Amino acid sequence: MATETAERKPTAKRIVIEPVTRVEGHGKVTILLDEQERVRQARLHIVEFRGFERYIRGRPYWEAPVLVQRLCGICPVSHHLAAAKAMDQVVGVDTLPPTAEKMRRLMHYGQMLQSHALHFFHLVSPDLLFGFDADPAIRNIVGVARKFPDLAVQGVMLRKYGQEIIKATAGKKIHGTGAIPGGINKNLSIAERDGFLKDLDQILAWSRGALKIARDYTMEHLKDLADFGSFESNHLSLIRADGAMDLYHGGLRAVGARGGKIFDHVDYRNYLDYIAEEVKPWSYMKFPFIKSLGPEKGWYRVGPLARLNTADFIDTPEAEAARKEFMALTKGKPNNVTMAYHWARMIELLHAAEKIRDLLHDADLQGTELRARGERRPVGIGLIEAPRGTLFHHYEVDENDQIARCNLIVSTTNNNTPMNRAVEKVAHDYLEGVQITEGLLNRIEVAIRAYDPCLSCATHAMGRMPLEVEIVGADGAVRARGGKGLYV
Amino acid sequence: MSKPRVATASLAGCFGCHMSILDIDDRILQLIELVEFDKSPIDDYKGFTQRCAIGLIEGGCCNAENVHVLQDFRKNCDILIALGECAICGGIPAMRNTIPLRECLAEAYLDGPTVHNPSRRIPDDPEIPRLLNRVYPCHEVVKMDYYLQGCPPPADAIWAALTALLTNRPIQLPYELLKYD
Ligand code: SF4
Repeated sequence: MATETAERKPTAKRIVIEPVTRVEGHGKVTILLDEQERVRQARLHIVEFRGFERYIRGRPYWEAPVLVQRLCGICPVSHHLAAAKAMDQVVGVDTLPPTAEKMRRLMHYGQMLQSHALHFFHLVSPDLLFGFDADPAIRNIVGVARKFPDLAVQGVMLRKYGQEIIKATAGKKIHGTGAIPGGINKNLSIAERDGFLKDLDQILAWSRGALKIARDYTMEHLKDLADFGSFESNHLSLIRADGAMDLYHGGLRAVGARGGKIFDHVDYRNYLDYIAEEVKPWSYMKFPFIKSLGPEKGWYRVGPLARLNTADFIDTPEAEAARKEFMALTKGKPNNVTMAYHWARMIELLHAAEKIRDLLHDADLQGTELRARGERRPVGIGLIEAPRGTLFHHYEVDENDQIARCNLIVSTTNNNTPMNRAVEKVAHDYLEGVQITEGLLNRIEVAIRAYDPCLSCATHAMGRMPLEVEIVGADGAVRARGGKGLYV
Repeated sequence: MSKPRVATASLAGCFGCHMSILDIDDRILQLIELVEFDKSPIDDYKGFTQRCAIGLIEGGCCNAENVHVLQDFRKNCDILIALGECAICGGIPAMRNTIPLRECLAEAYLDGPTVHNPSRRIPDDPEIPRLLNRVYPCHEVVKMDYYLQGCPPPADAIWAALTALLTNRPIQLPYELLKYD
């Protein structure tokens, strides 16, 4: 994009999709068409601002894991654990007792399961089951529940299982308190464990089913999907020392669009040497990039697709078999197809279910050593692979135990440039020189939804589109307006 | 008779209260038999289609757009429920109220350790809404009818309140469902 300010060219046609997102806040899309109906600018704006990094200053460090998760109630566990991992360092703990680490991992896989199920069944399945152009009045979860009740029930129950695991490990389904600096505050009772084991086979079966739907859909529509909102990009995630996918802990790995490594096994406590974020005047969300490549070339994708692209293997058998099939499509090179996120996400759903099974059979969960102690340190940096991608938490704590500085890069922020690219690509491919319909505009949201940025981002237009088309003069005055509340 | 309509909004909240609505789990299938959803990020009508019986509001107001949405809900809903601490008292986002807004913006866009901002311009494009000087709880902006405590309120509390209102019974919330954490 040539300029970063909102253009107000004479007779430029401006299209707004709002609200399109609630990505740790709220978002909208604007598209400007010139006189020839060509797309001159397409943007996803994040329109909310919290100021968290500043107002957490002065709070005692042990509050961070419970406070910071209130940034996002969709994956609070990720924030809870990333902050706890940072605070482990602050209390001088490098290795948690096995019970503490495994309880946290169980909590995290429960979170993966519920978040991926929510996104796939509640939010994305309507697009896949009814089509991008379907009547918006049925293209939603209520429509799915009426037409495919079994599927809707599976989605609800998969999510519920994940939420129950979170409750058993964190104390509450949303905004729990389980992880504390240096450990965890409870173990898993035998009764809790047996309750989860009882439903496990069903959960595994439903996870396999969900993976099959995502896989079959992608394979059947491969020709159309391959180019849909797609582009080459770098990919970033945490990776285990042996190259396995690890959602809870590891070093940073970044690969290029063709698979070349940009950096590997980087100790994430040095993230400042590798990652920076560009500020643009038209969005409250910053634009991260890999420093050595600069803002133009250094932007990257995170989340399920990036994790499949960076991992050498997955350490659970069924997900590994699925990964091999997925990677065979691109002959082992990174997959750059935006819509492949859904398939990758469902491979991770099955991986999470397998991990939950393995953990439930591990007697360490009933251990009683819950917490370690060490020497206080001034800095803590905690990273985790949240459902939506790599999440960075960085705190400095002063001698009074108060937080002196805080820096967060949330998962969705890492995908800011990619989401904007996807919007731009779809706008160019579908909106130029044609009669604009609701179905075409839904395609913009379909592309954003692939990144699972957050709940309402991934939701659907029903009935009335709040589509606004304005012809704006050079002075900024609206010359003509149409289509508000357009029924399509 | 047509079913009563329910609308929901997330203003300056974290979406946790909406997640708690979904935590009624399989009762959601009963709920869609009882009511029709109108404007909501969950099944997302982007604007009101008809008058609604109940509006559930998560979050307080931190920018001009939040105020606009809240006023729109007041206009279109018979009953407005403030769902959770953010809607009731501003919650965590209101922690910025003790600090000048300028400092919050400077930390995020000028001084943060990963910030790359050669022009030192803070986001100000006309496309993004203006921030309010402080975060306001809902009742300071419009009249609210009910308040459900908790961060978030437990799913059972939301279920109890909704079913009571929809069947014209008084809302009865046992002590365990009132969480102040
Ligand atoms: S009350 Fe709690 S759960 Fe609800 S929006 Fe606010 S922080 Fe999130």
